[in-house]
Amino acid sequence: MADMILKKSALADFIKSLSGSYKVFTPSREGQEVKFASNQGKVLLDFQNTLLSPKDFFFPQSERMFEYSTDPAAADAFILKDIATEPEPRLVFGIRPCDARAFVILDRIFKNDQYTDSYWFARREATTLIGLGCQNPCPTCFCLSVGGGPFSEEGLDVLACDLGETLLFKPLTEKGQQALDKAEGLAEADDKTSQEAARIKEQAEAAISSRISTDKIDEKTVMELYEAPHWEVVQERCLNCGVCTFVCPTCHCFDIQDEVAGKVGDRIRNWDTCMSWLFTQHGSGHNPRADKTSRVRQRFMHKFKYIPMKRGGDIGCVGCGRCIMLCPVNIDVRDVVRDMNA
Amino acid sequence: MSNPYKPYPVRIDKVIVETEDKNLRSFRLVFLNPEDDKAFDYTPGQFAELSLAGYGEIPIGIASSPTEKGHLLFTVNKVGAVSSALHNMKEGDIMGVRGPLGNSYPLKDMEGRDIVIVAGGFAVTTLRSTITWMLDPANRDKYGKITFVYGARTPGMLLYKDEWRAWQKRDDIDPYITIDREHPDWDGLVGLVPAVLEEANPGSENAVALVCGPPIMIKFTQPVVEKLGFADEDVIMSLENRMKCGIGICGRCNVGPEYVCKDGPVFTKAQLNELPREY
Repeated sequence: MADMILKKSALADFIKSLSGSYKVFTPSREGQEVKFASNQGKVLLDFQNTLLSPKDFFFPQSERMFEYSTDPAAADAFILKDIATEPEPRLVFGIRPCDARAFVILDRIFKNDQYTDSYWFARREATTLIGLGCQNPCPTCFCLSVGGGPFSEEGLDVLACDLGETLLFKPLTEKGQQALDKAEGLAEADDKTSQEAARIKEQAEAAISSRISTDKIDEKTVMELYEAPHWEVVQERCLNCGVCTFVCPTCHCFDIQDEVAGKVGDRIRNWDTCMSWLFTQHGSGHNPRADKTSRVRQRFMHKFKYIPMKRGGDIGCVGCGRCIMLCPVNIDVRDVVRDMNA
Repeated sequence: MSNPYKPYPVRIDKVIVETEDKNLRSFRLVFLNPEDDKAFDYTPGQFAELSLAGYGEIPIGIASSPTEKGHLLFTVNKVGAVSSALHNMKEGDIMGVRGPLGNSYPLKDMEGRDIVIVAGGFAVTTLRSTITWMLDPANRDKYGKITFVYGARTPGMLLYKDEWRAWQKRDDIDPYITIDREHPDWDGLVGLVPAVLEEANPGSENAVALVCGPPIMIKFTQPVVEKLGFADEDVIMSLENRMKCGIGICGRCNVGPEYVCKDGPVFTKAQLNELPREY
């Protein structure tokens, strides 16, 4: 698999040439917000990251799981049936390496030693990801401290690098190579171009000044971390609003609900948040995480202690910084982790 | 790819009002498709998600034993939207069951040992399953003495009367059935579970204790179990937490790093000592 090069002036045609095989999504700007959209004339390259994480490509905010009839006269009344849809082949261009790494972490959540979440994996398998290396990291980025980097390749099928006049494409998987084979306007890159991309990668890594350490969290027991006094300080500010969980690329907790209209019903799943008291409330009224402290602690413990303990060692945070930018009371995950690691 | 969220369709074969307050009903369920009955291969201590189209799902311990063929039994307390809807259902109605889910009591590790089973209120469901399974001729020889201490507030609040009355007539299990206070309809034991357990004084040597009950009973039973000489590794408990997926993904039933739905619901007291009390 060889590195390929594309003139930026040919980018629109490149995207168009892929549209026959995939539904193609590219970054676009709508007012203040950067988001992925399909059928864009102009491909946005000058952006830091999307406002929301792209997790909804595979884990929609609301998703129908089953459908059923609630008409007692129907032969199949009250029996849940699969919703017959094949996921369409999609290609996402311009995803950031931090967000692609989040998918790898979530792959290990949505599949455990016993069960595989068929909804997540059906979409994952049908989707090709072309990442775009980060050359202009935000001050809130700390990907290098949690196992990633601005040019991390994990979770991507192709990694692209912006060289000014041209884009360099590095195929990383068979799926990625297949997409490049279908695209028009590519030429094989020479060694000099690949070296230039390597230099840009080093520069980008050097530009990330924000660092945290997590080494001591591993050594501490669950109860040592759980009983630490700093949670009482964080909870004083935390509103339990849940925006951090909403924008987080690795937050994956969900609720399952039934909705009925007339004589048909759906079982749906929706994003949920551990910041809500209702999240853990028993039918009896008893609530194991009844106070704010226990809820805010759960989010950080889950990402930085429980996920590494139980899901293959990697921290459940990719350092994208969205929660830092959007927290209304300026809680900074880096400060919390410093306390956990102290 | 098979879908782990899809329930098996079942028919309600029988509804039994278990308690005088009518808040506890048992539902005997029969699979609509015989092949699903085969696929639903469970062990005492496991639970399932009961699925009501239009209402949702609730995680409930399996009260029947795998030795009782042809149906599943669940005893449900009426507390929320789904359990209330279930209480309104009739024999013949169609619903769903998803499972079996979770781990089970460590029946294999318990072989060759004496068994002490302590239950309070309606937390006796999966212990009914366990006792029924152990008393089956194919399994009884694997275990030593079986002691069963079970209490409720009043005689009318005791579940599974037919079963424990039959057990009282057997010589291979020692049931101690108790109610909290004297009652005109009762000529059996009177006293709280911890006191009755202490009085029964089952030996702890080469023994395992299975303890399930409301938090207040657990709180006062633990010191007795300790006094009787049980090590924390030999005290086995079953947790409940709010659940949705039941398969270790949706993230709400965690107790520390453990998912009650998948890593539990059965834990030893030694395991729970290392975990936050988020249950």
